[in-house]
Amino acid sequence: MERPVWAPQGVDLSVPSVSRMYDYYLGGSHNFEVDRAAARRAVDAFPGLPKIMQANRAFMRRTVRFAVSEGITQFLDIGSGIPTFGNVHEVAQAASDEARVVYVDNDPVAVAHSQAVLDGDERTGVVAADFRSPRAVLDSPEARRLLDFDRPVALMLVALLHFIEESDKPAQLIAEYRDRLAPGSMLILSHASTDGGPRTSEQGDAVTDVYRKSGSTFVMRGRAEIEALFDGFELVEPGVVLLPNWRPDTPVDKEDPAAFTGLAGAGRKA
Amino acid sequence: MNPPQEEPPAAGGDTGRRGDGPRRFARIWCRAVYPETATSMTRDEFEAHLVSLTEQLTDALHARHFSPEAGRHVGEALVDAHCTTAEALPRILGIIDAYLPLYCGAGSGLDAEEIRVRCGRLQHAMASGYAASLQQRTRSEQEALSRATLSAQAAVARALHESETRFRAVFEDAAVGIGIADMDGHIMDTNRAMNRMLGIAEHQVRASNIADWTHPDDGPEVWRMQAELRRGERDHYQVEKPYQRLDGTSLWTNLTVSLLRDADSRPQYMLAMVEDITERRLLNLRLRYQATHDALTELPNRAMFFERLEQAVAPSPGRRRVGLCYLDLDGFKAVNDSLGHAVGDRLLIAVGERLSMCAAEPGQLIARIGGDEFVALYVDPPSRKAVTDLAQALLDELATPVEVDGRELMVRASIGVVEGPTAELNANEILRSADITMYRAKADGGNRYALADPDSDARAISRHHLTHHLPAALKGSEFFIEYQPLIRMEDGSLEGAEALVRWSHPRHGVLGPDRFIPLAEHTGLIVPLGRWVLRESVRQACEWQVQGIGGSRPLRLNVNLSPRQLNHPDLVDETVAVLDEFGLPPGSLCLEITESAMVRADDHELKPLRQLADLGVGIALDDFGTGYSNLASLRRLPVSTLKLDRSFSEGLQQHPADPVDMKIVEGIVSLAHALELSVTVEGVETCNQAERLRELGCDSAQGWYYARPGPPERLPEAV
Repeated sequence: MERPVWAPQGVDLSVPSVSRMYDYYLGGSHNFEVDRAAARRAVDAFPGLPKIMQANRAFMRRTVRFAVSEGITQFLDIGSGIPTFGNVHEVAQAASDEARVVYVDNDPVAVAHSQAVLDGDERTGVVAADFRSPRAVLDSPEARRLLDFDRPVALMLVALLHFIEESDKPAQLIAEYRDRLAPGSMLILSHASTDGGPRTSEQGDAVTDVYRKSGSTFVMRGRAEIEALFDGFELVEPGVVLLPNWRPDTPVDKEDPAAFTGLAGAGRKA
Repeated sequence: MNPPQEEPPAAGGDTGRRGDGPRRFARIWCRAVYPETATSMTRDEFEAHLVSLTEQLTDALHARHFSPEAGRHVGEALVDAHCTTAEALPRILGIIDAYLPLYCGAGSGLDAEEIRVRCGRLQHAMASGYAASLQQRTRSEQEALSRATLSAQAAVARALHESETRFRAVFEDAAVGIGIADMDGHIMDTNRAMNRMLGIAEHQVRASNIADWTHPDDGPEVWRMQAELRRGERDHYQVEKPYQRLDGTSLWTNLTVSLLRDADSRPQYMLAMVEDITERRLLNLRLRYQATHDALTELPNRAMFFERLEQAVAPSPGRRRVGLCYLDLDGFKAVNDSLGHAVGDRLLIAVGERLSMCAAEPGQLIARIGGDEFVALYVDPPSRKAVTDLAQALLDELATPVEVDGRELMVRASIGVVEGPTAELNANEILRSADITMYRAKADGGNRYALADPDSDARAISRHHLTHHLPAALKGSEFFIEYQPLIRMEDGSLEGAEALVRWSHPRHGVLGPDRFIPLAEHTGLIVPLGRWVLRESVRQACEWQVQGIGGSRPLRLNVNLSPRQLNHPDLVDETVAVLDEFGLPPGSLCLEITESAMVRADDHELKPLRQLADLGVGIALDDFGTGYSNLASLRRLPVSTLKLDRSFSEGLQQHPADPVDMKIVEGIVSLAHALELSVTVEGVETCNQAERLRELGCDSAQGWYYARPGPPERLPEAV
């Protein structure tokens, strides 16, 4: 049966949570054994996952700084997960006094933790909503309070879309967000992929399987599919590339080889 | 461990007291440790961070009074920088152990052994600070997560409560009745509407089991579907179900029951939703009653009778029979005509009541299917006699006069009885057969029943069939006209012709007027048929005139007129219009009306004939001598010709001729001539006959002796 939209999402601690697994990859302790067990299976299937997550984290920080350098001070971070060190609002606020950030997640624990961490921060808000319900996100009181949609916003879908099945029509969903964004807004996106990286597609299938058995959806996508998600945005240099190669701060030759997995890019709405 | 790529510092270096040792150490340290961190700092940021930590360590190494406390701080700082993987600490300490004294030991004035001891103690302190900090962080993160989880659960619980409240409001205030039962049928919860509908208090409903709510009028499928639902074989059903209220009244509902399953799809609860349709059902029943009952007598009507009859003859296992009595009141029209429709209606009501009394057994049904037509259906009669007994009982019931408005009315009826196995009959055939048989009973004098038999059915069925097909035949031009010459007796010349209509039936061949004119007369189709015959024959007569047939005197055309046509208001206008259309002089047309129709007609009905006669149209009294007419009345009739019935001419066929018949004919002829009427004889078949009739003074004749009826083109041959 279809769940009514206003029915609350349950908290089931017997099921691994992708945001708590992500925290575990990053060395955090915001996780339970069930999350750690699933995360360990994922690392077994796909060695180097923590390094990839770290690279993803670093990409996120670079894009926030890039966005601020482009004059964007509003951030809508969907699938923000468990706040840990170096979050978007920290990076953004360090780069600009005007930075305003809205975090969105559908995991009630992640939302509750974010609310605790952000308590007292007037320029940052948390929305309990699902990426697949753009209206619930865009029309939320926090988004309305903190974001001025007549000015550019950076829409951050970092390590999110590989949890969105094709049947949910991610491109269509992005278009719904895009249509609400002012010109000059930016789409910042990273996505699990074995394209161009050292891992095989079999390893990709194996990690997909781990996530699916843990009760999540997981979809690896290829470069062309990921580029297609930028429909209506103009990709900024260097386009869709392996995570560490997106506008690196330091030479990438010292990076862990495992980090060169997963594609990322940023695009600007004309 | 990566080998250091930095140049070791020169002992006793000259670049300040410490030189760039700490910076170089930090670079080595960073190279070894950065890969093992989860920090979000870039490599350069991390290295800068390590430079500051190295300075602290170097300070401790060189201090006058050594304290390992700095090691604790550095250990904590490394945890804060997320150097927390399992491999991180050995790397951190390995680099300290191997390179800290080397790069940062110089310039303190302490000996190498003291530096090494201090370095060792700093490592112990670092490990301790690191462990304590990591433990602290882990605890606080776990606590933060637990708080977040509890808070999320509380939010969920709150939302659930709100949702529950909302559902509760929907549940309580819904207009439909809602009830939830466990899988044993115990009713766990009901809403206000449900309690109100059932008319009992909530605690009484809750104490009950759904099985307590059986009702004698439950359809057989209700409890079958309920059992299937309970076994989990069905998720849903919907039925109309009655409930017995405590006050004894019945509640009719539209009941929807759904099965609620748990997460493992095991049946858990049954949810019933109940809509009160008592009113709607009553209305439906009323409408259904109205649709199936006759408003006047309240007996079942034709629709319901047919429904039952169809059911009775529907294919079913076992040998089944059906009986039908088709009852038509004798002379009911006369009651209506003489006493008015109000009396007629009351008579029908009384008859309906009487008939109902005779058919009270199961399987018997009395219905009114037409004006004064009733039927008694008898499903599965024990014998044929049972059905004829029923017919007799119906007649007996009507034997006592019916009192209407203080007036005693005699009621007589004719009944057609059909009885037979359902396998051999269909509803329409049964009804037709009963109808036909009823007419037979009526033809035999009425006030009786007749039992259908195949032979009389066959005859009557063709009558029925013809009646049924007449309209299509008229449209489809299946009729045609034959003409029988009329001979002038004085010189044997052709005087004219009588138009005789025929039906070229596609299956039965050519039918004479005796086969279908009475039917057409009965159904009223005689009017259009007569109109067609008149027009077609007038057209033909004109054609003959144009061809010059009949010589100088125009041929006369005789056309038969039925009683119904006589009463038709447009008779005069239409006749005149046809004559005008083809330009036939009125004197060339003679309309034949039977004696019986003519003598029955009153002055009013004779008026159109008089008008036609005034116009010059001839009027012939057909079949004269069969209608017992008062000879004196001939004076008042607008008649110009008498046509003697063939029965008179038959007596003159013999040789010698019957003297009585001779006298009669002679008398009629002289009377006719006295009234200035001409005399035509029919049925002349022999030469002698013709000769005698001529001698008796008959003016004209027709018969096989002269010519049989034939197509128009054969008429000239008769000249």
